[in-house]
Amino acid sequence: MADVINKKGDNWIYSDKVKEHFLHPKNFLSGEPKEGDFDAEGEAGNFACGDIMKVWIKVDPKTEKIKDFKWRTWGCASAIAATSMFSEMVLEKGGMAIEEALKITPQDIIARLSGLPPQKVHCSVLADQAFKNAVENYREKKKK
Amino acid sequence: MDKRIYMDHAATTYLDERVKDAMEPYWIEKFGNPSALYKEGREARQALESAREDVAKMISARTEEIIFTGGGTESNNLAIFGVVGAVKALRPRPLGNSVSLRTDETGNSTETEISARAGRADSDADSKPGKLEPLMLPHIITTKFEHHAVLGPCEVLEKNGFAVTYLKVGEDGIVDPKDIENALRPETILVSIMYANNEVGTIQPITEIAKIIKNQKLFFHTDACQAAGYLDLNVEKLGVDLMTVNGSKMYGPKGIGFLYAKRGVKLKPFLYGGGQERKLRPGTENVPAIVGLAEALKIAQAEREKESARVAELRDYFIKRILDEIPKTFLNGHPEKRLPNNINISILGVEGESVVLYLDEYGIACSTGSACTSESFEPSHVILALGKPRAYAHGSIRFSLGKRNTKKDIDYTVETLKVVVEKLRSISAVSIKNNTN
Repeated sequence: MADVINKKGDNWIYSDKVKEHFLHPKNFLSGEPKEGDFDAEGEAGNFACGDIMKVWIKVDPKTEKIKDFKWRTWGCASAIAATSMFSEMVLEKGGMAIEEALKITPQDIIARLSGLPPQKVHCSVLADQAFKNAVENYREKKKK
Repeated sequence: MDKRIYMDHAATTYLDERVKDAMEPYWIEKFGNPSALYKEGREARQALESAREDVAKMISARTEEIIFTGGGTESNNLAIFGVVGAVKALRPRPLGNSVSLRTDETGNSTETEISARAGRADSDADSKPGKLEPLMLPHIITTKFEHHAVLGPCEVLEKNGFAVTYLKVGEDGIVDPKDIENALRPETILVSIMYANNEVGTIQPITEIAKIIKNQKLFFHTDACQAAGYLDLNVEKLGVDLMTVNGSKMYGPKGIGFLYAKRGVKLKPFLYGGGQERKLRPGTENVPAIVGLAEALKIAQAEREKESARVAELRDYFIKRILDEIPKTFLNGHPEKRLPNNINISILGVEGESVVLYLDEYGIACSTGSACTSESFEPSHVILALGKPRAYAHGSIRFSLGKRNTKKDIDYTVETLKVVVEKLRSISAVSIKNNTN
């Protein structure tokens, strides 16, 4: 825990980066997705552990780059922040190629969040899983 | 946000100024060790014994029935391990032998014929020559939604071969006394039922339970930590043998509490040393905290009726506003048979930790039964014990009111909560329409 306590602030249990993404989440989907807005969607998590996240992706068919990425999360502060951070990562520099984005690990997300309390790692960093499911969904749809 | 609205009094309270004043002389001026013979020691001893008298008076007990401890957790541990330890020492005896649970007024054991209460004849198999008689394993009855300071000791005892029955509580968070009656066994030695639940505030029928088990040769313990500020602590009326109270929930100091143990209740200590507190809790007495505890209890009991009426009105207003103005919210626990300061609501479609942290940003302090805030990753065992789905536990928020809270605070909190819930629901992956899981 010691390394993730925010030393500058008032000992918030999370880093400033987590706090920023939690209080001001980026790229979340407000309202219901409209027909044609996205190519595919994916979900991860369950009620038992208390975190569920859903992601929607829009892919450039030629370059296979991620043109748009939206998400929604039901969960704790770190779950919200981790999904928000993931969205920022895949949309950086005009959108990451799917293959590149699939290589993002929970550890990468945690590093960008300046760390998470250890007990939060397992249950709240599920954005990469939800994204993998969305890519699978995208490829299945493409086959048809 | 500079102003803070503190609504987590069930977690702990600030010190009452009068309590602080009462404690003041005992830090530097009258600092003596109560065991010492000289003036400083006598002053401390006098403060200690006067506090004990005050506490005893408040709960209609005798002074020798009050054991000061390091708080609620310690009192609960002393009650459970203490009773069990006194019996366990006599455990490896065959059925039919007597065990001693109590002492008489002069401290001699009064023997209890367990076999007389057993009501079960030894089976043929057991009475064959060369076979050992079966041992009576002491049995404890408690509830599924006790505080961890009771459940923890019970779980340890279970691992050591004791039998523990964890009673269900109804949907309204109240134990049915009949369930206790049905769970009684000849070898039941202890029933431990909290006076008021710490999460949902529901008040348990302690007097009724006491009547049911009155003629049984067992002890009845109640954890009254949450009740102390609002309910009657008269042990005669309650009919309990052991009662836990601590200072930190009733505007007293932290790290101090007491265990009421009725005369004749035999306890085995788990600390050994200088013999203080009738050898049941050795160690130099925490005189300032004990003085503070007594003062806090005096104030709490003197003001409880007035303060209960005041906060109950706020509570009902608070609950009504949330249920009326925020969709998909549900009150946990009985609407009336609950502590006057407790509000516990499940908000579907959001997760508790997120709500708590957002409200904190807006200057409001409250708590949640979400798994995310527990070390065990398990959502509130209390909400689950009410038979609610896990999503209700993950989305449960507890507000516990106190002396400083006003109607204005509640209005601000409700308005803020509406904004926070709306925001979190807008980013939530769970549709609240079909969220029944």
